[in-house]
Amino acid sequence: MKVPFKYSLKNVFARRLTMALTVLGIMLVSFIFAAVLMMANGVRQVLASSGSPENVVVIRESSNTEIQSFVSRYQAGIIQTLPEIAAADDGTALVTGELVVLINKNIRGTKTRANISVRGISAASMKVHKNIKLISGRMLEFGKTEIIVGKKASERFENCGLGQTITFSNTDWNVVGVFESDGSSFESEIWGDVNQFLPAFGRPVFSSMTFTMRDTSEFSAMRDRVKADPRMTVDLKQEDVYYADQSRTLVAFIEILGIFISIAFSLGAIIGAMITMYAAVANRTREIATMRALGFKRRNILIAFMAESITISILGGALGVLAASLLQTINISTINWDTFSDLSFSFTLSSSIIIQVIIFALVMGFLGGFLPAVRASRIKITEALRAE
Amino acid sequence: MWVFKLILRNAGRHKLRTWLTIVGLAVAVIAFIVIRTLVSSFYYSAEILPPDRLVTSNAVSFTMDLPMSYKTKIESVPGVNSVAYGTWFGGLYNNDRNNFFANFAVGPDSTYLNAYPEFIIPPDQKEAYLKEKNSALAGQQLVNRFGWKIGDVIRLTGQIYPGDWEFVLRAIYKGDKPGVDETAMMFRYDYFDDHLRETTPGMAGGVGWYIVKINDPSRSAAIAADIDALFKNSTAETLTQTEKLFTLNFLEQMSIIIRGMRILSYLIIGIILLVLANTMAMSARERLSEYAMLKTLGFRPFHLMGLVLGESLFIAALGGIVGLVLTIPINSLVARALMGYFNMIGADILTISLAIIFVLAVGIIAAIFPVYRAVKISIVDGLRNVG
Repeated sequence: MKVPFKYSLKNVFARRLTMALTVLGIMLVSFIFAAVLMMANGVRQVLASSGSPENVVVIRESSNTEIQSFVSRYQAGIIQTLPEIAAADDGTALVTGELVVLINKNIRGTKTRANISVRGISAASMKVHKNIKLISGRMLEFGKTEIIVGKKASERFENCGLGQTITFSNTDWNVVGVFESDGSSFESEIWGDVNQFLPAFGRPVFSSMTFTMRDTSEFSAMRDRVKADPRMTVDLKQEDVYYADQSRTLVAFIEILGIFISIAFSLGAIIGAMITMYAAVANRTREIATMRALGFKRRNILIAFMAESITISILGGALGVLAASLLQTINISTINWDTFSDLSFSFTLSSSIIIQVIIFALVMGFLGGFLPAVRASRIKITEALRAE
Repeated sequence: MWVFKLILRNAGRHKLRTWLTIVGLAVAVIAFIVIRTLVSSFYYSAEILPPDRLVTSNAVSFTMDLPMSYKTKIESVPGVNSVAYGTWFGGLYNNDRNNFFANFAVGPDSTYLNAYPEFIIPPDQKEAYLKEKNSALAGQQLVNRFGWKIGDVIRLTGQIYPGDWEFVLRAIYKGDKPGVDETAMMFRYDYFDDHLRETTPGMAGGVGWYIVKINDPSRSAAIAADIDALFKNSTAETLTQTEKLFTLNFLEQMSIIIRGMRILSYLIIGIILLVLANTMAMSARERLSEYAMLKTLGFRPFHLMGLVLGESLFIAALGGIVGLVLTIPINSLVARALMGYFNMIGADILTISLAIIFVLAVGIIAAIFPVYRAVKISIVDGLRNVG
């Protein structure tokens, strides 16, 4: 005979203060766990949306980022004529050589300096990188000392607003436009004419080449062919893979630290749930004995009490997710250790995070409720009924 | 005396509940101290840097080189004692990204090592390092992490400078005090530069940063300005600052993570407050009729307050003590797990005092509601109460 769920549910709400304190504990831990996962997901999302699988990034062998890489003119020439490169509507090849360097500038309103990625682009860059949209101002004119700035860099750094002038490499650069790119890491960058940037930074060669493939399925064959060419000392990576790689260190750091902390904190919540459930069992000793006398099995009692603690934990988990979802409006920036440059991102919720947090809360409820529920199921009918 | 006996007896009435609460408090104290110690460790390595050491790097960003010719120019600035130099190499050990550690080339003579008196190197090892061109010097924690010994060949794959590079470990340094970074590897600039001239001559001849020892730390800002003025409007302008400021600025760039950890350390206090408040609320509810009984016997409200508050503080203090005692081994366990990646120091007095203050505050706050109920309950209601 099953104990109706209503019995467990009613008991949850019988002692409001105790219940509220327990739910609040689980909620706080779920909130922290959710916030950590959302932060790691935010970093991953920003970098994942920077790359698309149709694009290929070419960097020097064993350099993991564009900052460390350089591609010789000779090698750039070979890349530009690869037959796998797609053509734009106007017939030009969708391939671009870019320069990426870091500059150290003040964060708005502070004395702190952080590294901004500066990307030298060509006209083709605007077609190769998808989803670049100017939100204010206009596109830069090639051949001039004009730059366009990503939305997040524009908000975060001094002298990066529309119409302002920023000085680096002994040159004044005019900000003529601000762009958006679906929240990708490009929004944390400054873009200018590569042919202006190369001499300004004293660089003879591009950092990287990026091109769009006419057919994604040709990638592995093309990569193997290029890698086998003794003239080439380059690595080819699909752009989404390249950017995903750049989130590895930061994501691993946030996740390991966060999960460690969440588990330590969950001990507190589990103990809270345990105390509540033990008290619930102690207060209802005679009631439980009566139920047993009425014919409910030990197993039914166990399940009824587990249901009670799991209800509390799901409630806490759901409230934690709800509170964490409010974090989504917050934009934060930190240094990305893989590129040494500043990266802006936001807490990003996903359905898998919601599931993970609810499971985490369930585990807390299970661990907190199991021992008390076992005690409840082991109550001896005669003794309990005789007791005061 | 009887009050303490009563408090003790009351705390022992639900032994399991009291013990669970104490364990919860102890876990919270440990988590609070370990998290805050991690945070202060971040800053500590910067705090202990001496004030007489300046870093001159490219004003554009530290990823850009400076010409070697700057060395003699900086040496001519009044107030400068010595100028050493280094270049970030960023090689990966056995070409595995998980093996990341700081590695860089430094000037081949003893100027660089002399600028870092906090590095303790056995004299024979130092001599061997200075004699052999392909020698490397590594911190003790890094050596422990990979199980290296003197004479081992260390192969790094260049991420910036192409190719596989081999070095022979000739010397191991230790910090002269806790907090000195022991996770870096250095090798000789002449070996590095000669190798570059053979393989990629276009990249040779650059210097990543200059380490400038000055004679008067109080003049560091003026000397830094003098150095930067030398190279104003040149193709490679410089930015000179104390090494401490340089490091702090780097940390500031990830301040959001550090701040996040600080916030978390306070949240654990909140969680544990909920646990203790729950325990105390339960006890108070069960004992309402008792409180009424005590009142009929002539106990005044402040006696009851003392009983409840005393029990709450007693449990809190016990949890705090258990936590503090266990923190010592756990902190060193965490430090050992992170060794080679991150330099973790011991807990500081401020953190420990904060933990004690918070535990007592939790003890007091958790008692507020139960005290209120105990004081307010009328004798009739209390005696009628069945718990």
